[in-house]
Amino acid sequence: MTTQTTLPGKAATAARKQPRTQLSEKWLYVPMVLLALFFLFPIVFMLVSSFKTDAQIFSDMRGGISAFLPTGPLSLENYAQVFQKVPVGRFLLNSLVVSTATVVLGLVVNSMLGFALARMRWKGKGFVFAVILATLIVPFDAIAIPLLFEATKLPKLEFHGMMPVITLNWLNTYYVQIIPFIVNAFSVFLFRQYFSSIPAELDEAARVDGASWFTIYRKIAIPLAGPAFATVAILTFLPAWNQYLWPLMAVQSEELRPLNVGMDYFFQLKTSWGQVMAYASIIVTPVVLVFLSFQRAFVSSIASAGVKG
Amino acid sequence: MLRREGRTAWLMASPALILLIIFMIVPTILGFVLGFTNARLVSPTAPQFIGLENFVRAFTRDPVLPKSLINTLYFAGVVVPIHSALALALALLVNTKLRGRNLFRTIYFIPVVTSMVAVAVLWRFMYQQEGLFNSLLSTFTGSAIQGMAWLNEPGTAMPAIMLMSIWQAVGFHMVVWLSGLQTIPGELYEAATVDGANAWQKFRNVTWPGLRPTLIVVVVTETIGALGVFAQVNVMTNGGPLDSTSTIIFQAVRASVKQQDVGYGAALSLLFFLMVLVISLIQSRWTREKN
Repeated sequence: MTTQTTLPGKAATAARKQPRTQLSEKWLYVPMVLLALFFLFPIVFMLVSSFKTDAQIFSDMRGGISAFLPTGPLSLENYAQVFQKVPVGRFLLNSLVVSTATVVLGLVVNSMLGFALARMRWKGKGFVFAVILATLIVPFDAIAIPLLFEATKLPKLEFHGMMPVITLNWLNTYYVQIIPFIVNAFSVFLFRQYFSSIPAELDEAARVDGASWFTIYRKIAIPLAGPAFATVAILTFLPAWNQYLWPLMAVQSEELRPLNVGMDYFFQLKTSWGQVMAYASIIVTPVVLVFLSFQRAFVSSIASAGVKG
Repeated sequence: MLRREGRTAWLMASPALILLIIFMIVPTILGFVLGFTNARLVSPTAPQFIGLENFVRAFTRDPVLPKSLINTLYFAGVVVPIHSALALALALLVNTKLRGRNLFRTIYFIPVVTSMVAVAVLWRFMYQQEGLFNSLLSTFTGSAIQGMAWLNEPGTAMPAIMLMSIWQAVGFHMVVWLSGLQTIPGELYEAATVDGANAWQKFRNVTWPGLRPTLIVVVVTETIGALGVFAQVNVMTNGGPLDSTSTIIFQAVRASVKQQDVGYGAALSLLFFLMVLVISLIQSRWTREKN
């Protein structure tokens, strides 16, 4: 025990005598900067090109470095053209509706199950948790096709004028883009872990005061679980905003298309590269800006996603 | 009292459980059933049971499937090790005490939040004969290398997709490695310093053993992700040239959406799922060995 306590002390003094950053460590900036260029150059190229004419893009590319600089006449013409050629505003709205609804509904539904698993005693709890863990290993790619088949058989509510009508087939609806993605085994798992770490005395005291379990969930668990909600929100929003495989399969109609699938079709129209870059910037820039403002939350959410084991 | 608690618990759990059953468990089971039928996506006639016919077709009469399987394994076999190693290198690089490390962390992570479709189109543009990639190559080599249309050659199309995929996702696993690095107690490094260990010895004897659980997570999640490669292929090459970039999920989707052949697509998905299961089994064995 004594040796263990003296060792770090000695090491700390030894470390203090050294200059804070050794000269050799400074060399690490070279690979760091080169890697930064590697990760940034495509995105800078995309953004810069979205303001140029095609002729300018190609002549700047031959110049190497000028491809990354705002050279020549710059304008918003490409963006204007994108909005004119395809209903990009509508696609943007679709992406927003789908990802917001998936995140909000997912937070409610998954946190309730996580709460029940973490804090309450009930028959079947162990079994339910085992099933959740088992479904963690099923990747979405493996069930996309059976899910597509199933979606053609599901009932939906439609309004013909004021008349509510039940019809079959979820393809080409918001339903098919949102509802299958609300529940997420990993989100349930994260919520359960987080709720388990809240001291049990809190809800025992609330129980004694006559609070119902719903009240405890709403008034105690939710306010204390901010970081868990943020993590799940980010981990749900990113794939929802960027999803491609599923809407490509399940949504054929143009007015329900999300941004990504819309871009795929736009690209196939053989439009100018400047316009394609403008469209790509429309998809990428909002998330990058959100990421830059909530960078810390993003990084910690991915870190906790990685620890799932 | 306890019975009431149980009832409330089921009530709170039920929205999630119902959705889980309909959209997770049913399609999983349905996948096993559909793979043995001739189901069509939208068809008035009910699917018929056809036994192993889809699998026989896949391995004997579908010239693209064996190729797709090999391409998928090729992709995963190259991307996973490079990806894991590069992500670890990045994590070690930004885990130093240098000023500005947070800025570099942020920059390396930016591609992760971008949409795969958007950046796949972007890279497709860069890979053209007249594209940015070649112009940079010729600028930096003094016109020694003229380059080619990288996505149009069967030999270079897949490596080009791999490079793009590594660029896009490596930041994600950098963060996972970083969280692993943070679990290693600082005293171990201090003790190693006292013992006179150099940087390599510290890595070899302290860092690497401490990262073992993270290594398992990184390799397994990456492998499962890499085996499901789809968006980049669909956008950049559409499986070509000469099926050199066709992958298993790409083919499953093409069969079930473009040809409406859900039975066959489900059979291919089952093959994919089997590969994932094998990897998960290896993982659980690998994790158990340690404990």
